[in-house]
Amino acid sequence: MKRLFLAFVLVCLAAVAGAKDAAPLADDPVAEKRLIALSEELRCLVCQNQNIADSHAELAQDLRREIRGMIQAGKSDKEIIDFMVARYGDFVLYRPPVKATTLVLWAGPLLLMLVGLVALVRYLGQRNRRVTDDAPLTADEARRAEALLNETRNP
Amino acid sequence: MNKYLWILGGFVALVVLLAVGLGLNPRDVPSPLVGKPAPAFSLPVLAKPDQSFGPKDMAGKVWLLNVWSSWCVSCRQEHPVLVEFSKRASVPLVGLNYKEVRGDGEFDMSKMTPEEEKKLSLERAGRWLSQHGDPYALSVLDLDGRVGIDYGVYGVPETYVIDKAGLIRMKHTGPITPEVLSGTILPLIGELSR
Repeated sequence: MKRLFLAFVLVCLAAVAGAKDAAPLADDPVAEKRLIALSEELRCLVCQNQNIADSHAELAQDLRREIRGMIQAGKSDKEIIDFMVARYGDFVLYRPPVKATTLVLWAGPLLLMLVGLVALVRYLGQRNRRVTDDAPLTADEARRAEALLNETRNP
Repeated sequence: MNKYLWILGGFVALVVLLAVGLGLNPRDVPSPLVGKPAPAFSLPVLAKPDQSFGPKDMAGKVWLLNVWSSWCVSCRQEHPVLVEFSKRASVPLVGLNYKEVRGDGEFDMSKMTPEEEKKLSLERAGRWLSQHGDPYALSVLDLDGRVGIDYGVYGVPETYVIDKAGLIRMKHTGPITPEVLSGTILPLIGELSR
């Protein structure tokens, strides 16, 4: 077990050691912060569940280099995002714009929640009515109840 | 009874939704470039590195741009289809050799000068084509992958069909199968060539 753990630690260390991080813009921490903020918003198309900041895929490294170049060239965030969308489509955005094609994506969860809420309210209403149904007995019901009670009292 | 039917119906709907979702190919991302002009570039030609080629050289022609590399395994898979295509093709097929050396991951790029990279790329790409057959009218070298970014390349191989006006009419990501070729690409070429 201990050996296995050691092996695991070594593998993790190797992974960390092998990971190539983009060389930071040491002389410009503001630009580097912008790079990180931007690349966290962008999806890496190679490993699609990672953003460009996290991914070590080569394409992500290339794109970080590209974004860094654009930051240095004084481009605005919007220009950089537009550059990416023009090439890879809305799919690169973790927050895609609201459009006809993305409507289900945006409205779907809300719609499902509404359906759930309506169902819940209806169910609770029904149950409430059943539990708190304390209208007085009619004369007929009172007679029947009396009869039943008498039956058990005088067998 | 009615209540259980509702639950069952909901469950079936969920299963159908998930089955459809899992059947989709997540790599099949629609390209925003379809219908747009093919991005311009000027890159050295593999066979004649002192010459360069760009999409404007193809103005007025229907042509195919295929992104490939010698380290790309799926390219090897699609290569026979391309070779077969080139034998009876009516339109030129241009190869975009994508990051031949630095895409391989076997080289320490910090120890390589641009000249060395270019030389090695020419060697490797040329050798690969002489081994596996050369279906391309010509190939160009995209050493650093910048042109690849302009074309939205994210997985080699990728293929673009470009029309006479220089507009991208179709993009296919992944290896071209005989089915894709005869079912989609060839009819499109026929239509565009008219």
